[in-house]
Amino acid sequence: MARSDVQLMLGVKRGDDESFELLLQRYRTSLVNFLYRMVRDAATAEDLAQEVFLRVYRARKKYEPSAKFTTWLFRIATNLALNALRDGRFRQLEVSADESGEDEQPVVNVADQRPSAVERMMEQDRAEFIRRAIEALPEKQRAAVLLHKYHELDYDEIARILECSESALKSLLFRAYETLREKLAPLVGESATEAQRHRES
Amino acid sequence: MSCENIETMLIAYLDGKARENERREVEAHLETCAACRTRAEEFRRVWSMLEEVPAVEPSLGFDARVRQRVAAEPRPRLFAWPVPQPRFAFAVALLLVLAVWISVTAPVPEQNLAAGNAEEFEMIQNLQVLEDYEVLANLEVLSDLPAAQQPARQQAPGKL
Repeated sequence: MARSDVQLMLGVKRGDDESFELLLQRYRTSLVNFLYRMVRDAATAEDLAQEVFLRVYRARKKYEPSAKFTTWLFRIATNLALNALRDGRFRQLEVSADESGEDEQPVVNVADQRPSAVERMMEQDRAEFIRRAIEALPEKQRAAVLLHKYHELDYDEIARILECSESALKSLLFRAYETLREKLAPLVGESATEAQRHRES
Repeated sequence: MSCENIETMLIAYLDGKARENERREVEAHLETCAACRTRAEEFRRVWSMLEEVPAVEPSLGFDARVRQRVAAEPRPRLFAWPVPQPRFAFAVALLLVLAVWISVTAPVPEQNLAAGNAEEFEMIQNLQVLEDYEVLANLEVLSDLPAAQQPARQQAPGKL
């Protein structure tokens, strides 16, 4: 049976290197993805993810399992990402409304079910369009959406990570999804058409 | 309930994490509000669209770099606690040297010794056995001794 995060972290606290290795394997991909979507630069995301693991290791002696491990881990990651963005080191990477690809509305052809090279390119365009819409969200809204949708954390966890109340978080998420709904309106319309076609067929 | 009032409940409702009373309130509102019904439906589509964004994989050297940075961290030594800091060790050594030097070079308080001796002498003088010396000298038993031993009797006080 797999050991829980808390058990592994208590192992790290005792000086067990294997426990740290297991935590690294368990969270490396989700941390790098979260940070990549926050700072929009792969190399920076990896640097920050390394820093998160290093901070976890440094804090091992003081670790007390009072909160969920993921809350602690993503709180470190979020603070590092927000600080990095506020430092202005990655300002050039921020997406302005003009470059967010709003004019490049992707077209999806659902008639042919075989994935051709053109279709694959269109899928990539569509994914890029969605990714840019997420990246254009304000920092805190972006963090909330990423933690909610991609990491499936509970509201109380996300609220602790972002240091706000649960009701404030729900308002934050509502505003974020409302913005995404507007930005992704061309795709939302297509999805609605697709759904209608499915129902009719 | 107004559209604004369900804002904070709508996300939890779509997530399936709303409390029972919240769920009923949202459902009652959605029954009567076409705009919020559309919004709820489009939120669901937005959520499924977010899953289309592919995840990235950490680079091949990522784990090695984390291990390298962790290995470079200072590790606590097993017997680190008895090893003093250099400044602390120097201060302790200096104190020891000072203590030895003071004990060797400090003068002995002779006046106090003399006073101590005088006190002891006075005490000895007042001992009961000395007070009884006269009694001992006049003991009849001593007078009964042979004449040859008389000088010894005369010398007895000197021995005391």
